[in-house]
Amino acid sequence: MNSKAEANRMISTKDRQMKSWKIPKSFWAAVTLIGLVVMWELLTVVLAIPAYILPTPTDIGVRLFQETSMLWGHTWTTLTEVLLGFGLSLAIGIPIAITIVYSKYLANSIYPIIIGIQCLPMVSIAPILVIWFGYGLITKVILACLISFFPVVINAVNGFNSLDKEMHDLGRSLGISERKIFFYFRLPNALPHLFAGFKVGITLAVVGAIVGEFVASERGLGYLQLTANARLDTELVFVTIVVLAILGISLFLVVHVLERILMPWYHANKAGGGQ
Amino acid sequence: MVKHIKLVGIDKTFHTKTGDVTALKNIELDIESGEFLSVVGPSGCGKSTIMRIIAGLESPSAGTVQINEQELTGIADGAAIVFQKDVLLAWRSVLDNVLLPLDLKGITWFDRGNHITNRKKAIDLLESVGLKGFEDKYPHELSGGMRQRVSICRALIQDPKLLLMDEPFGALDALTREQMMYDLLKLSNKYKFTTVFITHSIEEAVFLSDRVVVMSERPGTILKELPIELVRPRDNKTRSNPVFNHKVHEIRDIFQSQGILAET
Repeated sequence: MNSKAEANRMISTKDRQMKSWKIPKSFWAAVTLIGLVVMWELLTVVLAIPAYILPTPTDIGVRLFQETSMLWGHTWTTLTEVLLGFGLSLAIGIPIAITIVYSKYLANSIYPIIIGIQCLPMVSIAPILVIWFGYGLITKVILACLISFFPVVINAVNGFNSLDKEMHDLGRSLGISERKIFFYFRLPNALPHLFAGFKVGITLAVVGAIVGEFVASERGLGYLQLTANARLDTELVFVTIVVLAILGISLFLVVHVLERILMPWYHANKAGGGQ
Repeated sequence: MVKHIKLVGIDKTFHTKTGDVTALKNIELDIESGEFLSVVGPSGCGKSTIMRIIAGLESPSAGTVQINEQELTGIADGAAIVFQKDVLLAWRSVLDNVLLPLDLKGITWFDRGNHITNRKKAIDLLESVGLKGFEDKYPHELSGGMRQRVSICRALIQDPKLLLMDEPFGALDALTREQMMYDLLKLSNKYKFTTVFITHSIEEAVFLSDRVVVMSERPGTILKELPIELVRPRDNKTRSNPVFNHKVHEIRDIFQSQGILAET
C-alpha cells in the first residue's frame, strides 16, 4: 500500500519540525515598539516639548500607576458597556443571520437593508439615543451594540452560506434534518467567518462605548478623557488612551484565544499559520 | 435492502436563468444486485445527475426509479455516496469523520459513533485502506489520496447495499488513482455491495466494472451498454488482457463516431 510509505514520510517531517526553534514573530514587534517609545522619550526631552502638548512616556507611566484605583473604576464602567453591547449584538445578530440564511424572503428584503444601514456612521445616532434613553448605561450599551452589530451579522451570513454544496448533499444523503445539518455542518463550517466578525465587532464595540461616553455620561474612560482634555491635563488624556489600548487589545486577544481553542484545526490549515 | 435498481424513462430538465437545460433524456437502466456498473461519458453529459437521481438527491422530471420494485421517493435507503471532493469535516479527526454517519443516524447511544464496536469497525476499515495510525489526525494533515480513502471508509461504515461514486478519483494523480482502484476492488470484493461508478476515464471504467454504460453528450442518453467479461479478481495483468484492450477500443470508437473524440 503506497500510503504506508507516504505515512512514514509524513511522520518523519513532523519530527524535524518539532526540533527546529525560531524567534517568535512577536519579538520583532516588541523590539520595534520599545524603540519607538524610546525615540518619543528622547525627542520630547531634546526638543523640550511642553508636557501639556506631549508628555513623555515616563510621565504617562508614572501617572498610570499613581491613578490605578481611579482608572480601574472608569475602566470597569466602559468594560461593562462594551461587553453588554457586544453580547446584545451577538444575541440579536446571530439569530437574524440564521433566519436570513434560511429564508429567501428575508435574504432579499432585510439583508440588503442591513448592508445599507451599515454605511451610516453609527456615531451620528448617538445624540438621538441620548434623547431617548438619557445619560445612563443603556445609551452606551445600545450604541456599542449598534456599531458592532453589522460586522457580526454580515460575517455570520457569509459564514453560514459558505457550506459546500457537496457537503450539504452528504448530509442530505445521510437522511438527516436541516436542523442537524446546521449543527453538524453549517455552524462549525461557519466558525472562521463568525470569529472574523467577532474580532471586528468587539473592537468596534469599544468605539461605540467611548463615543457614547463622549456624548453623555458621568463615568467611564471616554468621560475621563473628555474632562482631562477640558482641564488641559494632557498627561491624563494619554493615560486614558493607554488604558483604552490595553482594553481593546485584551478584548481582541480573548476572542483570538477563544478562536484558537474552538478551532484548533483552522490555523494549522492555513499557509504559514502552523509555524 | 437494495437489490435491484431500475430506472424507467428518466428525463431530467434543469430550469436555469438562461433557459431550460435537458440533462437526461429517456434513460432506461437495470442494475443487478452486487453488480459493479460504470457510467462513462463526456463532461456535462448528465452522468452525475443519474447518480444523484439514484441517490434521491435529485428527483427526475419524468420517469421513475424503482428499488426492489418500489418507487423511490426521497433519499435512497442503504445507499452511500463518495463525492469527487472528499468533503471531510475539517473539525473532526479522521476517526470521527469515518464515524460521522453513525453519529448522525444513531437513535440510541449504542448506535452512535462513540460505541466501542463502532470505533473498532472504523479502525478496521481505516487499516484496510492503509491508514492505520492516522485515526487522530485531522484531514488537513493528510494527502489528497488519503483523504479520499477516509471518505470511502465513511461511506462503507454504513454497510451500504449500494455505493454511489461520483468521479471519486478525478482529483487524484495518476499513480494514486491506480492504487485507489486496487483498493476499491478489494473492498468491493470483501463487502459485496452494488456499485454505480461515475467516471470520464474509459480505462478506469473497463478495469473496474462488470458493465459499462456509455453516454452521449447533452442531452445525455445511453449510447451503449457493454458487459465486461474479464475474470475477477482483477490485477495488473488484466490491463494486458486482449479483452481489456478490445473493450477500451470499442468505447473509444463509440465516442469517435459521435464526434466526442476527434483525431484531427
